[in-house]
Amino acid sequence: MKEKRSDESFFRRLTRHQLFIPVAALLALVLFNLIADPSFFSISLKENSLGNPVLSGNIISVLDNASELVLLAIGMTLVTASSGGQDISVGATMAIAGSVILRLVCGGQVSADTMQAPLFLAVLAGIVVTMAFGAFNGALVAYFKIQPMVATLIMFTAGRSIAAWINNNQLPFINDVAFKYAGTFLPGIPVPTPVFITLFMILVFWLVLKFTNLGLYTQAVGINANSSRLNGLDPKKIKLLTYVILGACVAIAGFIRVSRSGSINYSRIAENIEMDAILAVALGGNSLGGGKFNVYGSILGAYVIQFLTTTLYKYNVPSTALPAYKAVVVILLVVLSAPVVREKLSRMKKSSAKAAKEVA
Amino acid sequence: MPKEIAVDKQGRLAGRPAMSDTNMLLTITVLVFFVMYIAAVVFLGGGFSKPQSFLNILNNNASLIVLSCGMSIVMITGGIDISVGAVTGLVCMNCAVHLELQGGSIITALLLGLGIGLAFGIVQGFLVAHLGIQPFIVSLAGMFFAKGMTTIVSKEPVRVTGESFLAIKNIRVTVPGLGSNNKLGQYVPAYVEVGVLIALAVVVILFCVLRWTKLGRSFYAVGGNNQSANMLGINVRRTKFLAHVLCGLLAGLGGILYFLHVGSGDVANGAGDEMNAIASSIIGGTLLTGGVGNIVGTFFGVLSLNTIKRIVSTLGFDEAWWSNITVAAMICLFLIIQSIILMRKNKK
Repeated sequence: MKEKRSDESFFRRLTRHQLFIPVAALLALVLFNLIADPSFFSISLKENSLGNPVLSGNIISVLDNASELVLLAIGMTLVTASSGGQDISVGATMAIAGSVILRLVCGGQVSADTMQAPLFLAVLAGIVVTMAFGAFNGALVAYFKIQPMVATLIMFTAGRSIAAWINNNQLPFINDVAFKYAGTFLPGIPVPTPVFITLFMILVFWLVLKFTNLGLYTQAVGINANSSRLNGLDPKKIKLLTYVILGACVAIAGFIRVSRSGSINYSRIAENIEMDAILAVALGGNSLGGGKFNVYGSILGAYVIQFLTTTLYKYNVPSTALPAYKAVVVILLVVLSAPVVREKLSRMKKSSAKAAKEVA
Repeated sequence: MPKEIAVDKQGRLAGRPAMSDTNMLLTITVLVFFVMYIAAVVFLGGGFSKPQSFLNILNNNASLIVLSCGMSIVMITGGIDISVGAVTGLVCMNCAVHLELQGGSIITALLLGLGIGLAFGIVQGFLVAHLGIQPFIVSLAGMFFAKGMTTIVSKEPVRVTGESFLAIKNIRVTVPGLGSNNKLGQYVPAYVEVGVLIALAVVVILFCVLRWTKLGRSFYAVGGNNQSANMLGINVRRTKFLAHVLCGLLAGLGGILYFLHVGSGDVANGAGDEMNAIASSIIGGTLLTGGVGNIVGTFFGVLSLNTIKRIVSTLGFDEAWWSNITVAAMICLFLIIQSIILMRKNKK
């Protein structure tokens, strides 16, 4: 009897689960590709131009290309949870991070064949700079109480220009193989390096969320800043902290992006990625109004978005038209997850069940 | 719902003195604009002292004025619409293709443009007001959709060469009393384009609507406090819906004005205009928390934004990046002013 009751509500519990939407979307995409063309999932071992054995295939490319998005989604989840808004400047600050890193490794020149500064230092500088910009955004949000989207509009407008200014509007190019390890492949390892970096960062966040109070405090501040203040937390500091953490994520994402090609195009690098990152957070079942969050949902959401992008590319959708298709998907998702629609659907189900009973 | 409560509190605290908020922010904006422009005339002279150079700011930004008005209305109700720039581009492209490649008439192109804007407004308004989805996400999707559709319609720039269109495009309305002598000593009357007259008419109409009609007042009420607006008997959903429809319609009109100004359809048309519109509204004293704003302020916001852009480029910082950095600094400054005003108010 008990089993039957749980069975009845199984569907409802399933659809209510936070990860239902991303998992369902992923399954739908997988199913679509399986039916349309199973070769989508084929993975082959090839040799790249440097003579290293590398894996190639759509799935590998999804895992590889989603890396930046996953990193941004992690940071964006925290920011969303604590401040109830999103940072729309992540793409622009990625350009800044990339610009700083390239300027350092190129030694201020337009092109370089070997790195002029230790890579570690360059990346560290990139992280520090974007954390500073994160702190700027965070300070506007936390201390001046400006809505996150509007506060980050400032960096969204200025970021790419600052990135161009850092390099005097030149397009630095580095031809050092070692610089590209992080964005392509390590010699002898057939899996793209960004996948490892992403896994490492996910692990770091898992540990941080498990062993510190960051997650709890962030949620407390996001749910009710006033009551968390009365409970001895400092909501302003915690909001600021989440923006600084996002800054660090952005720097690493920017590093991966520039090390894919060894160059940068200020106006095009990571274009529209802020939209994808916000979408990933929403897809992961997180409320965009802040409060409770699930980082793993966002991570899954990021992979789903990249999966969708790769699928669309496979069917020769030009990259410029991609946004239109994504928009349709977004609208469908948000409409289906809107509380009003959910309520109506469940009511319809109930009434149809009632009608069925009456007929019986 | 914690966010809602915070907004509610602010609305309640603003309460009756909400209008003085509007007036104070409006005064700051207008003052800043005049001080800036007079300083530019005094210190930079030349390009700024001619009446025509001031009118050119209007000529170049007729579409932005209309977009910003729509944006302000949505922002007053507590929402946001970041799709307006992309809709502008889509309208331009569609009008251009319709006129040039399909041989359509100007009237149908006009209706097409307004129709596209209206469609975006209705869909987005429905999703925001009736399904309760966050306006940012909805208009984000709208922006994506419009951008993608623009390239689907045509990737190549389409230049309109029809004579009847060019005749309208080149109408120059001379402004009596304003003019200057050119280098040859001939008197050149100052002019504005047709688009400017339409934009100014929109500003005046919307100012009246917001100030004296029931609909206009309910925009403020809804933005100030959803719940109390509801208790006052205002249909919150309908009001929000209408705000988005109006914004969409104005985005369509803005697209037409943009098209009238540049005379071609291009993927890059209207790019970033949503940010310019938001910036103009903010500079004009519209609060993103809703309930506070003024169309005249928005108009001056557009003027201020473009004056500072011109000042920066006249000062010799004419690389493209300086313009963006100035706009950002300007938004930052005004946001901080607003936030300080609000915080002081809330403390009292």
